Amino acid sequence: MEYKFEIKEGMLKVSVPKELDHHVSNQLREEADLLIDAYHVKKLVFDFADTEFMDSSGIGVLIGRSRNMGFEGGKVIATNLSPRVKQIFRLSGLYQMISVEEE
Amino acid sequence: MDNKMKVTFDGISENERLARMMVAAFMVGANPTVEELTDVKTAVSEAVTNAVIHGYENAPGEVTMSLAMEENLLTVVVEDFGKGIEDIHKAREPFFTTRPELERSGLGFAFMDTFMDEVEVSSVPGQGTTVTMKKKIKETS
Repeated sequence: MEYKFEIKEGMLKVSVPKELDHHVSNQLREEADLLIDAYHVKKLVFDFADTEFMDSSGIGVLIGRSRNMGFEGGKVIATNLSPRVKQIFRLSGLYQMISVEEE
Repeated sequence: MDNKMKVTFDGISENERLARMMVAAFMVGANPTVEELTDVKTAVSEAVTNAVIHGYENAPGEVTMSLAMEENLLTVVVEDFGKGIEDIHKAREPFFTTRPELERSGLGFAFMDTFMDEVEVSSVPGQGTTVTMKKKIKETS
């Protein structure tokens, strides 16, 4: 698996893989949701440092996690966006749903 | 250099990446910028993903991708022989999706429109969908 997860005190950090498409999104969603449940995650961080490609399937995963986390009083943060990923965030209105932090 | 190729592959999610790699390799002869490469890869990824999810609903089926480069005009045709689209106009509206339960963002066609110069969709319910996309690759020297 290209991506990895890191858990620390209610925070789950997901290192998003190089390419986030439909295929990868499905796997990432399943694994992230298992961990969010098992560790009562309140803060979910998507780290895009290695991500060069993202399409609309990636957006679906982010919106879905943001909604689920919102129900539980948690939050979703995205960090280290490349210019390309920023463009995708802008086009899809993700900035309104997810806090973006520069690291 | 003018060129063309046609490839048929299984409509499975693993092949979304394969389709992106093929179109990128095909374009290289026209000296695209990194931006143009990523634009086309994104549009192809959306079209193939649509075929996998909506055309075949994850059931077995084949996707055909035809590529042509004529005087730096790239034409990509992605075709499936699946379910087809009832209302193309509706399907192309941003944020419209028939599969919200799969967390689809409804932005597939919007991204194709954004990243390509021209996008044409034709579909016959029960027979399949053809997406034709064009983009001029600018001369870089």
